[in-house]
Amino acid sequence: MMGARIVALFVKEMLALFKDKRSRFVVIVPPMIQLIVFGYAASYDLNNVRYAVYDQDGGAAARALLARFEGSPTFRLTHTIGREAEIADLIDARDVLLVLQLDSRFGADLSAGRPAPLQVIIDGRNSNTAQAALDYVNRIVSDFNRDWTAARGLHGPPVHLVTRAWYNPNLESRWFFVTGLVGILTLVVTMMTTAMSVAREREQGTFDQLLVTPMRPVEILVGKALPGLLIGLFEASLVVVIAVLWFQVPLHGSLTVLYAGMILFLLAAVGVGLMISSLAVTLQQALLGAFLFMVPAVILSGFATPIANMPEPVQWLTLGDPLRYYLIIVRSVFLEGAGFPLLAGQMWPLAVIAVVTLAVAAWLFRHRMQ
Amino acid sequence: MSKNRAPAGRRLRGLLRKEWLQILRDPSSIAIAFVLPAALLLLFGYGVSLDSRHVPIGIVIEQPGAEAASFAGAFRHSPYFEPRLYMTRQEAVAALRRHELDGIVVLPSDFAARAKGDRAAPVQVIANGVNANSARLLSAYVQGVWSSWLTRELSARRIPMAVPVDPRPRIWFNAELRSRNYLVPGLLVVNMTLVGALLTALVFAREWERGTLEALMVTPVTLREILLGKLLPYFVLGAGGTVLSVLMAVYLFQVPLRGSLWVLAVTSTLFLLAALGMGLLISIATRNQFVAGMVAIIATFLPAFLLSGFLFDIDSMPAPIQVITHLIAARYYVAILQTLFLAGNVWSVILPNAAALALMAAFFLGLSRRRLHKRIE
Repeated sequence: MMGARIVALFVKEMLALFKDKRSRFVVIVPPMIQLIVFGYAASYDLNNVRYAVYDQDGGAAARALLARFEGSPTFRLTHTIGREAEIADLIDARDVLLVLQLDSRFGADLSAGRPAPLQVIIDGRNSNTAQAALDYVNRIVSDFNRDWTAARGLHGPPVHLVTRAWYNPNLESRWFFVTGLVGILTLVVTMMTTAMSVAREREQGTFDQLLVTPMRPVEILVGKALPGLLIGLFEASLVVVIAVLWFQVPLHGSLTVLYAGMILFLLAAVGVGLMISSLAVTLQQALLGAFLFMVPAVILSGFATPIANMPEPVQWLTLGDPLRYYLIIVRSVFLEGAGFPLLAGQMWPLAVIAVVTLAVAAWLFRHRMQ
Repeated sequence: MSKNRAPAGRRLRGLLRKEWLQILRDPSSIAIAFVLPAALLLLFGYGVSLDSRHVPIGIVIEQPGAEAASFAGAFRHSPYFEPRLYMTRQEAVAALRRHELDGIVVLPSDFAARAKGDRAAPVQVIANGVNANSARLLSAYVQGVWSSWLTRELSARRIPMAVPVDPRPRIWFNAELRSRNYLVPGLLVVNMTLVGALLTALVFAREWERGTLEALMVTPVTLREILLGKLLPYFVLGAGGTVLSVLMAVYLFQVPLRGSLWVLAVTSTLFLLAALGMGLLISIATRNQFVAGMVAIIATFLPAFLLSGFLFDIDSMPAPIQVITHLIAARYYVAILQTLFLAGNVWSVILPNAAALALMAAFFLGLSRRRLHKRIE
């Protein structure tokens, strides 16, 4: 009896979502397109950094150093300038990100063994880009220095550091962001389908009709939660396939672990969505609620900026964010090949969030009935 | 014509009054305009930062000695790191795997000899590369600690060290590279994109679903009046939200505002019109609140977040993606705001971007007007 009622409600929910061609379309197609577009867009790696050169020296050593910048795939020389005043024009207008300035004593200083200054004037409006570009500049200069000292038999720094990056040897930030997008797009689709489900019925008045049927709140909950769960599962599988086949992100871990994390995460997302939906009276309120949850959930998840950089009170807030745990699970399974023992600490909080939010949602149904 | 003018004004006033009453009845619109931006800006302004501090790093000292101890001390004095000492590589590697450390510096047993320059050999740094950006920053910071320590040690022992080229960075507009200074203007854009589209995305779809729009169509009001009646109240709400956000950016987050206020006001108006116009278009074109809500989320939040140049450098994206970014209104507003806040009135940045915003606003509002027209004929 109970099974049949849940099935009936489930079928009705799926029909409500999919009978309209455009609803079908917006649930399925945009997340795939978004993964591909955003997968290419989201990266802190720099290339094609436009720069200008103001070379007041013009000697052989200066040209040798500048040739290294011209040969780097990160930088693209767009302007060669001859006056100090042009620096400000180029940087202000964002024509270049940085200007390399070598003064007229550069070659003489270098030959005499004095430190030869290389002025790097850089646009700090986006401080992360500025810092990354400076990092590239420093690397090119230190390579130049090593070769220069070695060629002349001088005493350079006796020891140098060699950095090796584990799990991502070429430091491709695309791997990090594509795995992050897997979590975000799953959250968006799941939240949207569930957050609007109860609110839509309440606005149209059909929820009251549902309440006078013999269905118990638990059955309504299961009937409302299942479509979101299934659509989320379908969507998440799709984005995982795109991440692996299109973006070639290595999947080192097991699918079992990934799916265990995914189902727990989906349950938590469905729970939050239904909770918002049963609190809202109109669709606009549900939409507002979904945004009020989703936007902070994305920003505080560690997707783009590390959680460790946040002030402590904000870090506590992230503990209630299901996306935070799921992103760690996805990234660890994909890149580190992590198994259950390592990820248990991420899975139980998801289970707790799922149980609490689903229970509150069911209580809100019943609360409405009395 | 002249006979129609007075009633036209009255009709518009009537529509505006009706929209206000509706806004007041369901306060979620007011919440969208004021509570959403304030809450989000507060959360992000404090929460979002790319400046790492206290990065947990493991230092493996295979053989204790004066050099190793002083090197480890250099890490302890750096604000970027929170060093933990290990005796063996295995312990440190296990901690890295448990995500307790972000990186490891391995000082081999012959570190003292190496540091004196008797034998040139590399010292190994291992970084967890899952977050490539953090790994790169970690490596740069380790390099910084390392070279200043080395310079100090060598000069103390009077060992000459050649420094051929010495890079001297001068960072304009944001000398101390405070990431909040560029993140807050960017977040303001994300915020206002959300607010603008959310305010209007449902207004027409709701009336279509309830059938009240058809009722409105048979009255003498013109399409332009209907559109204006929808646009003006939400423009006032959105403008209020923008003012609130700018005040918070300047007074709470201490982001310098170097450009002039009237430029900010004009460009923000253009952006708000584009954002509201997009919401109206979504609402008119979909006629369905669920689809309108989905489209609003798809077309606003993530594109404004990822494709606007607020976090990720547009010039580094592949060419086809760069073309797509030109369709995002937030892209132009981010360029304007980052310049207005940090650099000042730089017309070569402001004018082209403002023109693009004006074009987008005209496009969205014009298309809304046309789509609305088609539907009733």
